[in-house]
Amino acid sequence: MPNIREEYDVAVVGAGHAGCEAALACARLGLETIIFTVSVESIAMMPCNPNIGGSSKGHLVREIDALGGEMGKNIDATFIQSKMLNASKGPAVHSLRAQADKSDYSRRMRQVLENTEHLHIRQAEVSELIVKDGVVGGVKTVSGAEYITKSVVLCTGVYLKARCIYGDVSYYTGPNGLQAANHLTESLIENGIEVRRFKTGTPARVDKRSIDFSKMTEQFGDERVVPFSFETDPDSIQKEQVSCWLTYTNEDTHKIIKDNIDRSPLYSGNIQGTGPRYCPSIEDKVVRFADKDRHQVFVEPEGLYTNEMYLGGMSSSMPEDVQYAMYRTVPGLENVKIVRNAYAIEYDCISATQLKSSLEFKKIKGLFAGGQFNGSSGYEEAAAQGIIAGINSAMYCMGKEPLILDRSESYIGVLIDDLVTKESLEPYRMMTSRAEYRLLLRQDNADIRLTKYGYDIGLISEERMNKLNNKIKLIQEEIERVKSVNIGTGKEVQKLLTDNGSTELTTGVTLAELIKRPELSYDILAPIDSNRPDFSYDVREQVNINLKYEGYIDRQMRQVEHFKKLEKKMIPDSLDYFSISGLRKEAMQKLDKFRPASIGQASRISGVSPADISVLLVYLESYNRRKNS
Amino acid sequence: MEKTIAAISTGTMSGGGISIIRLSGPEAIDITDKVFKSKKNTKLCNVDSHTVHYGNIVDDNMVIDEVLVTVMKAPNTYTRENVVEIGCHGGILVTRKVLETVLKAGASPAEPGEFTKRAFLNGRIDLSQAEAVIDIINAKNDYALKASVNQLRGNISEKIKDMRNIILDNVAFIESALDDPEHFDIDSNVEKLNKDVDNSVKNIENLLKTCENGRIIRDGIRTVILGKTNAGKSSLLNALTREERAIVTDIEGTTRDILEEQINLSGITLNLIDTAGIRQTDDYVESIGVKKAKEYAKDADLIIFVVDSSRPLDNNDYEIIDLIKDKKVLVLLNKSDMETVVTPDDITSHLECSVMSISAKNETGIDELEEEIKKMFFNGDISSNEEMYITNARHKNLLRESLESLKLVQQGIDNGISEDFLTIDLMESYKKLGLIIGEEIEDDLADRIFSKFCMGK
Repeated sequence: MPNIREEYDVAVVGAGHAGCEAALACARLGLETIIFTVSVESIAMMPCNPNIGGSSKGHLVREIDALGGEMGKNIDATFIQSKMLNASKGPAVHSLRAQADKSDYSRRMRQVLENTEHLHIRQAEVSELIVKDGVVGGVKTVSGAEYITKSVVLCTGVYLKARCIYGDVSYYTGPNGLQAANHLTESLIENGIEVRRFKTGTPARVDKRSIDFSKMTEQFGDERVVPFSFETDPDSIQKEQVSCWLTYTNEDTHKIIKDNIDRSPLYSGNIQGTGPRYCPSIEDKVVRFADKDRHQVFVEPEGLYTNEMYLGGMSSSMPEDVQYAMYRTVPGLENVKIVRNAYAIEYDCISATQLKSSLEFKKIKGLFAGGQFNGSSGYEEAAAQGIIAGINSAMYCMGKEPLILDRSESYIGVLIDDLVTKESLEPYRMMTSRAEYRLLLRQDNADIRLTKYGYDIGLISEERMNKLNNKIKLIQEEIERVKSVNIGTGKEVQKLLTDNGSTELTTGVTLAELIKRPELSYDILAPIDSNRPDFSYDVREQVNINLKYEGYIDRQMRQVEHFKKLEKKMIPDSLDYFSISGLRKEAMQKLDKFRPASIGQASRISGVSPADISVLLVYLESYNRRKNS
Repeated sequence: MEKTIAAISTGTMSGGGISIIRLSGPEAIDITDKVFKSKKNTKLCNVDSHTVHYGNIVDDNMVIDEVLVTVMKAPNTYTRENVVEIGCHGGILVTRKVLETVLKAGASPAEPGEFTKRAFLNGRIDLSQAEAVIDIINAKNDYALKASVNQLRGNISEKIKDMRNIILDNVAFIESALDDPEHFDIDSNVEKLNKDVDNSVKNIENLLKTCENGRIIRDGIRTVILGKTNAGKSSLLNALTREERAIVTDIEGTTRDILEEQINLSGITLNLIDTAGIRQTDDYVESIGVKKAKEYAKDADLIIFVVDSSRPLDNNDYEIIDLIKDKKVLVLLNKSDMETVVTPDDITSHLECSVMSISAKNETGIDELEEEIKKMFFNGDISSNEEMYITNARHKNLLRESLESLKLVQQGIDNGISEDFLTIDLMESYKKLGLIIGEEIEDDLADRIFSKFCMGK
């Protein structure tokens, strides 16, 4: 008999960005939740870049916030610089990115966890899954303790059999020398879960005092900071910001790397895991993009109370001496002192095609997974899956339907759908171009898109929901009003138009039509709109975007309509694809392997042709008719 | 809303006579109204269900054909949707022209088996026939797939691939820049994009123009049968077009001396043109035939040269050899059932070609001939005078759609719209072009971004 045996509703394995969101969601919904971490100090640790958000990742943070998650609030409380990227481009690609004070970020999240009711933090390495008859029943730790639960959420990040490598030095630890989890993989394999190995890397951290910033370009934050969370008052977060710095590699840097390429574990074969193409190490960049004579290096502070600086763009697994030599060729880094080496890290993870869209394992009931364990990369991607895995673990415990967001309503939906329907050969990173309906999935309307789900689940308060509903009402009414305001060819109008580089009117038009002109906007036209009520910025922004881009938005809405039709055609779980004679063999195998939930999902599996989909539709129709008769 | 689909619904077997174009879908009647001019000036949207109307199909004020239009309103139709059937009688060319006109007016080309599929999904067809429905979908797709690949000979797919490549490069660059704005600057890129899009627009317009050209709207390999009088050309044609081989149709414009038929060899369509025997003659009528035969030979994709192997080669044969020197040629030593005096060497010493022995009369060697043609086709030996063939209505429609998307890009650039909007239409165009050459997009964009642009911090 084990000496310790405790009961909970949910066990969350891992307290990184996915684990934190998962555990908070469960506990906030009233479920007794235990979260395991190998080190309490490493809760919500940022082991790589010191920022949250960025292109498309900022969208994810907004969506997490709209569902009732914590990431947005946490970065609003701990950022030290903030920028809206692509502000001069269309609203769909505006993206918030903030530099975090890493230790502050981690500390605040830990505080939130510690003070959440129904949530218990436990420092221990989980070594075994308890599974009976295809249903999860809890976990065991290396000490032999048993935690009996209704559901388990795996958020092990990069810790499973983690191995850090630089040059010919390698040791089995997680990031920053933290203890790896060496046992759980075996238990996963025993339970029929297929495991694979991915790789990622991080650059060196260097001492600020050894840097000559005069040789670099200073990069400032935005003058007016926009918060991530819809609940953060913008006025409350305007503060002094710190700078980042930009410098470049050069021919000398590249020569050192090329001369030593045989000492790179990536090229010597010492690293087997698959690394991401979008985040290549500097040696990868130099080899693969040999024609480029320089690469950017972003020098970013790790926090306010440390001298450590992050060398963005120069991740590496070169030996220590090569790292020193190459960093010191970069202008401003001639005398740089390394605090922590750059390194590559290999870890066990899964192909998420073993999961349903709810992030529950297809073969093991009650077992959910989120984050880097699912083959993604990035803090935001992890947190996004974490909150969904947590919510659905809670829904499972309560016997309710899972929350599945589709591709037409959220980046989270795109992320999860891509993970579960596409066999990814590298860690998956979000990009705005992966979202086919991105004009609808903007960061500015994440609240309008998703808050209702958070509210229905119970993670969003009545007050917040009412406030949003009121905002939506104001937006709709104002759009209607603007469409009916007629603008004549009066002197005042023509002057406003020419002043803003627009052509004069020859006949009267509606205000809505004028807003569509690229050089004009809702706000610019205020002087000729005398009956305009006073609105807050977020209402004005929505009115402007919805009117200005109406044509594009309408077009995507029509595509969504078509998309939704196929998403709604559900495929029964038990379908035997091999008995459908009209399907091609490859399609049978793929469909059997992925077991898509809907026709829409089936159509996105590679190897399933439009003809196969037709066959499937006909088969389902006859299946349903048979069932109904 | 469900798309409205259209296709020629009479089998290609029906030959001559009347062919029917069927439309099905919510907009079937409205679309037909756009191209149909009734003799009594009635609008089809106002007529009763299950009524027939007489008038013209008109494209840009040009009358395409005199037709009878049958209007059937949902739900009492084959598909349970609005259905319109246009009966035309101008032969295959005109029928296709009518189909194209309704496609241009907003209908989409029906996927193989789609009418039957809709009928079934809308509860019109009995459950017991589900499997038959699946079979139809499959059989038709197999055929369509082969046919559509076959029809993309010449350098069309190369052209399309080039265009897609350029589009994808532009999108990848823009998306990289949007993803990593501190790394890539797109503000100076508009000019290049503009130029690339203008070029693609021109290219697609040219492709579309080529397929407006009546001569190449006919599918298939132009195969001309040449030979001197009595070499056995007609018996060969007869052997190749035996009943069970699906004689398709007489193509209009055939003259008394030139007979053209269409046959299908496992998905490859051959337009067989039998010519008057070539010989020096003073007969005026006959000389016209000979002249015509020579013209056809010049335009042919493949020439089947029938030699009477029971008689020694004569001047007429040599004249033919001279005529076809630069062409793709298959030489048949006919009359293998008789005593032969011509050997393959006699031919190959004058002409670079394959030589086979057959007896058209006894129909021996015909299967081998077919095999050889198939082989030549799949090896890409038979080219098409380097001309572009877009013959398939579906391809044409896709070209038109991708052109529309590119025009939206041009418009966007003119209006100073941000690049993130432009890529949406660029990708749409990329997707449509991909469908023509049978490629789905999968992860093309991400792959291109990562392979061409050095991303990441």
